[in-house]
Amino acid sequence: MTPLLEARSLTRRFGGVVALGQLDLEVAPNEILGLIGPNGSGKTTFFNVVTGIYRAEAGTLSFEGNDITRASPRAIYHAGISRTFQRSRLALPLSVFDNIMIGNHKRLNQGLWFNLMKRNAFKREFEASYRAARALIEVFEPWLAERMFEPVTGMTMIDRRRIEICRALISQPKLLLLDEPSAGMTHDETTTLMDEILQVREHSPNLTIIIVEHEMGVIERITDCCVVLNFGLKIAEGPYRQIAADPQVQEAYLGVA
Amino acid sequence: MLPGVIALALASLYLSALLAVEKQPLIIGLLALAVIVALGAYWMGWLASVSRSFADRENVLGTMAIVAAFAMAAYFHDDHFVLLLIVTVLLYTVATLGLNIQFGYSGVLNFAGASFFGIGAYTSAVLNARTTVPTLVVLPIGGIIAALIGSLLLLPVLRTRGHYAALVTIAFALLLKAFLEVNDVLGGPQGLQVKGMTVGGWSFNDSIELGKIELSFYMSYFVLSLALLVAAFILVRRLERSWIGLNLDALRLDETAASCFGLDVARWKITAFTLGNFLIGIAGALFGMVGGFVAPNNYTFADSLILVSILLLGGIGNPWGLAVATVIVIVVPEKLQTIQEYRFLLYAVMVIAVLLFRPEGLLPRPLRSYFPGWRP
Repeated sequence: MTPLLEARSLTRRFGGVVALGQLDLEVAPNEILGLIGPNGSGKTTFFNVVTGIYRAEAGTLSFEGNDITRASPRAIYHAGISRTFQRSRLALPLSVFDNIMIGNHKRLNQGLWFNLMKRNAFKREFEASYRAARALIEVFEPWLAERMFEPVTGMTMIDRRRIEICRALISQPKLLLLDEPSAGMTHDETTTLMDEILQVREHSPNLTIIIVEHEMGVIERITDCCVVLNFGLKIAEGPYRQIAADPQVQEAYLGVA
Repeated sequence: MLPGVIALALASLYLSALLAVEKQPLIIGLLALAVIVALGAYWMGWLASVSRSFADRENVLGTMAIVAAFAMAAYFHDDHFVLLLIVTVLLYTVATLGLNIQFGYSGVLNFAGASFFGIGAYTSAVLNARTTVPTLVVLPIGGIIAALIGSLLLLPVLRTRGHYAALVTIAFALLLKAFLEVNDVLGGPQGLQVKGMTVGGWSFNDSIELGKIELSFYMSYFVLSLALLVAAFILVRRLERSWIGLNLDALRLDETAASCFGLDVARWKITAFTLGNFLIGIAGALFGMVGGFVAPNNYTFADSLILVSILLLGGIGNPWGLAVATVIVIVVPEKLQTIQEYRFLLYAVMVIAVLLFRPEGLLPRPLRSYFPGWRP
C-alpha cells in the first residue's frame, strides 16, 4: 500500500544543531503513528517542516504521492493536513465557534462581495457551519456544545485541547498532526481526551493521525506503530511493545549506560 | 432594550447641554458630572446592561441614534460653530472606523491616519478647482486616491510586523508632510483652498431658508456626513460579522497559526489596510470641503496620534465606543477653552489612564455575534 505521507532523508538544522537528520518516515493510510523521543529530539520540528512553517534543507516529503517539500502552510492545509500545537495556540479572546471556524477556512466562502453584501446566503452558510461544528464538538463533550458562543479565555486546559482538535478536524483533513495533546493535563483528563480521539476516529474512518506524546500509556494504547527520535535521528521503529524493549530506546529515555 | 434607549436619550441630552453651555465653570461642572455618572453606572453594572442591549437590538438603537443626531442638529440649526463641531465629530468617527479596520481587526497600526485624511482633502481641493467632476463623485475618488497612495506602503508593511510596521507608517506621515510643503503645485506650506460641495447646482455653502427659519449652511454638510457615517458603520459591522472579520482577528492574534489553517496573510492585510485608508480618504475629502481649506500643517503626525488615541480610548474594535471617544476627544477641548494649550496633556493623561485601568477601552468590544439576537 502506498504511504499517505512519506519523508525521505528529511534534514533540518538550526545552526550546528541537527533537528532532523536524514529522517525516513512513512505513514500508511488510516494508521495512528506515535512519534516519540526525549525533549529536543526533533518531533515538533518534524511537524513544523511537514506543515511548511520551516523549510527542509534536504530530502523530500510527499503526501498522497505529491511532492510537498516546498509547499507553503496554506497549500499544506488545502492538501488536507492539519495540526494542533504543543503550546495551545487558540485565539483566546474569540468564541469557541470562532476558533473552530478558523480551521474551517477552506470550506467557507471568502469572497468580499459574498461576505458583505449577500447576508442571506452568508446566514445559510453560517448556520450550516454552526451545525457541523456542533456535531463535531458533541463527539467530544456535549456540554461544551452549549458554550459555543463563549470566549475561550477562562476555559480549562482539556476544553482548550478539545477546541483545538475540533479546529483541526472541522475541515475533514486526511492527516491530523497532534503535538503533545496531553501537555498540561492530569492523567485522568488525558485518558478522557484519548477516549474522545478514538471515538472521533470511528466517526471518520479515513483519518490518519501522527501523535507526539510523552505519556507512554497513551502511546501504547492508541498507536499502531511508533517512530523513536533522538537528536534528530530515527533510532527505532515498530509497534510499541517492540520499541519499548529496544535497548537504544531505553538508553535515550532513561539514560541506562 | 430599555437600558440602551435610556442611555441614548441621556447621552443626547447631555451632549446638547454641553454644546449649548458657554460659561467655563458650568462646563467643568458638566464634565465632572459625566465622569461621576459614568463611574457610578459602571459600579452599578448599568453599563454592562446598556452594552448588552446595544449588542442585541443594534438596528433599533442605531436608528434612534440617527434620530437623536437630527434632533440635536435641529436644535442648533443656526449655530455655525456647534454644527461644525458636530460635523467634525461625525467625519472623525468615519476616519477612526477606517483605522479600526486596520488596527482593531487586522492589527496593522497606522500612524499616518491624518495623512490619508489629508490626501482625501487635497484630492477635493485639486478636483474641485481644476475639473468638473461632480463633487459627490469626488468623495469616493478621495477614498480611492488615499487607498492607492497607501498601497505604496503595502510592501514594507507586509514585510514587517507589529511596531516595525507602525514605524513605516510614521516615516510615511513625515515624508508626505515634507513633500507637500515643497510642492508648489499643491500650494506648498500655504496649502490650497477647497471649493464647497455642490449637488445638482445647489451649493452647500449657501445658507438654507425654510420659511422664516434660517438654517446654517453647515446643515447640508451635517446630513451628508451623517449619511457617510451610517454607511461606514454598516460596512464595518458587516465586515466584522463575517468570515472576513474572523480572518482579520485570526491573523492579528496569531499569524503563524492562521497560516496553518489556510489563511492568506498578505491578502487580508492588504484588504484591511486598503479598505481602512479608503474610508479615511472619503472622510478627509468631505472634511476638506467643509473646512474650505487644506494645508500640510492641518494633517500632521500629531493629528494621527489623536486618531489613534480615539481608538485606544473608545475600545479597539467597538464602533459605538469609537463614536463616544470621538465626542470626548473633539468636543471637550473645544468647549473647555481654559485648557486649550494643554489639550495634548489631557489626551496623554486619558490614554495612559485607559491603558492602565481599562486596557480594552471605555466600551470594550463584545464577543462577535454574526447575527445579533440569533439563537441556535
